[in-house]
Amino acid sequence: MSADVELNNVSVTFGSFYAAKSVNVKINGGEFFSFLGPSGCGKTTLLRAISGFQDPSEGSVLIDNKDMFGIGPNKRPTSLIFQNLALFPLMSVSENIAFSLEVRGVSKKDRQKRADELLELIALEGQGEKKVHQLSGGQKQRVAIARALAVEPKVLLLDEPLSALDLKLRQRMRTELREIQKRVNITFIYITHDQGEALTMSDRIAVMNDGEIEQIGPCDEVYNNPLTPFVATFVGENNPLFGTVKDINQNKVKIETPDGDFLSTMNENKKLNIGDEAIAFVRPESLFIPRDGDNFDNQIEVNIESFEFEGNIKNFYATLKSGTRIKFSIPNAIDTSSISSGTKLQLGFESIKSSILPKAQLAID
Amino acid sequence: MGNYLFTQPFFKKNGKAVAIYFLVAIVFWFVFLVIIPQLYMLDLSFRSNVPPLARGGPQDFYTMEHYQHFVFGSKTSLEAFNFVDLGVFGRTILVSIMVTIANLLFCYPIAFYIAKIANPSTARLLIVSLIIPFWINELLRSFALRILFANEGVINNFLTGIGVIDQSILFITYDIGLYTGLVYAYILLMMFPLYNAIESLDINQIEAAKDLGSSSLRTHWRIVIPHAKPGIVSGCTMVFMLTVGALATPVVLSSPNTLWFPQLIYQWFNMNDNWSRGSAYSIILLIISVIFVLAMMRIFKVKIGEIIK
Repeated sequence: MSADVELNNVSVTFGSFYAAKSVNVKINGGEFFSFLGPSGCGKTTLLRAISGFQDPSEGSVLIDNKDMFGIGPNKRPTSLIFQNLALFPLMSVSENIAFSLEVRGVSKKDRQKRADELLELIALEGQGEKKVHQLSGGQKQRVAIARALAVEPKVLLLDEPLSALDLKLRQRMRTELREIQKRVNITFIYITHDQGEALTMSDRIAVMNDGEIEQIGPCDEVYNNPLTPFVATFVGENNPLFGTVKDINQNKVKIETPDGDFLSTMNENKKLNIGDEAIAFVRPESLFIPRDGDNFDNQIEVNIESFEFEGNIKNFYATLKSGTRIKFSIPNAIDTSSISSGTKLQLGFESIKSSILPKAQLAID
Repeated sequence: MGNYLFTQPFFKKNGKAVAIYFLVAIVFWFVFLVIIPQLYMLDLSFRSNVPPLARGGPQDFYTMEHYQHFVFGSKTSLEAFNFVDLGVFGRTILVSIMVTIANLLFCYPIAFYIAKIANPSTARLLIVSLIIPFWINELLRSFALRILFANEGVINNFLTGIGVIDQSILFITYDIGLYTGLVYAYILLMMFPLYNAIESLDINQIEAAKDLGSSSLRTHWRIVIPHAKPGIVSGCTMVFMLTVGALATPVVLSSPNTLWFPQLIYQWFNMNDNWSRGSAYSIILLIISVIFVLAMMRIFKVKIGEIIK
């Protein structure tokens, strides 16, 4: 059983400080939804508002169309997985998992049965008698999930639970979380500052900044068609090219910059007019070294400064004529031995892979 | 040998001078202030009571008479029990246990509030206001309570003044003053171990329990109290031992009809000039205290290391 979660105009204030400001979002039952944003953007506050630890100062939280105001966390159909997991160290793994049943007066036999079922779900059969400290990081993670699922919540809330794990484990847990979500088929609301996590697991994400939602949408849409310069630079990497709008042809916009004119694509929700100050964005992986016969919408001249080797890709840092720095990435499979610092290059990018937005604050300032 | 000693990690970590100071201070404290006096008392408690000059003489011999006196009230007869002394002893133990429990019940909510609910500045204020009254000497605090609880004392005068009662309540006669004084006397020794233990609990543990549907009461029972167990045991043992050995408070606050066991010991030493019997009674008190500590550790399944922490 999953539930819809609706935030209607939710604000949470601490004194005169708005931790969350007029947040509107409707999360569908069974959806894997992520709030993505830098630390201090208000995403944890929203999670606490949904779980019941913090009632909103304005607006309302609806779960299954029922206003949750004044209903405590122990009375809501939600379960929260804490950033540090907050497993109970003095209890065994089974006792941890069955705690929510214990407090509801379920008999010991039934509790044990349910704990065993859940241990099987998280592939820890027969390890129920262990103490929490005897488990590895990934196992603790899975126990925390099982504990949260034991009461069959309609909504599972996750507060950056993967942040303490090392890279490999984190990547594996992403897949596992997604699989568990499909199996139990309940609403997952995930909080993270890691765009990789949000993009790989979620059906939809909400990007937050300064207590407000900047954009809500499916992952690829947010990545490919950002609504604000903040989203463009926070979700993945992006090179901003500052300039003024010179020409508009349907959704194709020509921007005039100190480094030349570029053709870019306008988001239909963000109208621009000729003469507006704007930023065209192009991602490092969308910049190519043209080969014979290639014909890109845009050409850009760069002077290579340095590069770094990341494994699957190589990152090059370069300056434009005006001194603006940009970054571009070339797959390791392509031979780049002829490029070194000081090399002058012509790069190309397609207008469809570049978005143009009215000038506003970036995430990387 | 010396070289061997100085290469030990303890010396390397602290440096020679500091390490030697620690060793000397600890050995001095332990040997001269703890072991020797206690052994001397133990020895004395098994000797007949003779004036110092007769020590070593024919009248100075080992005997069980002081312990026998505690139980049977006589050196020779085993027929009647010493109900007076046994009564005082039993009552002292029982009341001390009640005082310890009362202290625990009283301190737990406050310690929890300071550690987990109050904001930092309120918490500091509360801690300071708990400590400040204890800048006043224990004897003076007891006298202050006596002034409050006397038949013509502050409380009685106030209550008769506003007409709630027309006869004084006999707080002192019924030892209500004594119990209050004993609970108050060592309250900080319960408060701070409890506070420390609760303070170290991750707040997420409490929130997680709540989120999983636990009521506040059950969260305390299943999460907070098990975590605070070492602090509870530590506070209980300290309060019990000090209460059972309290002298100043009972002298000032107990009713004329009742005695506190340490008052009995005091009488043997100072008024009856019978150091041997006083020693025997002290040893009995010591044994009870040790038994209490061991029992607490057994009941709560806590190791000595955890208590000290």
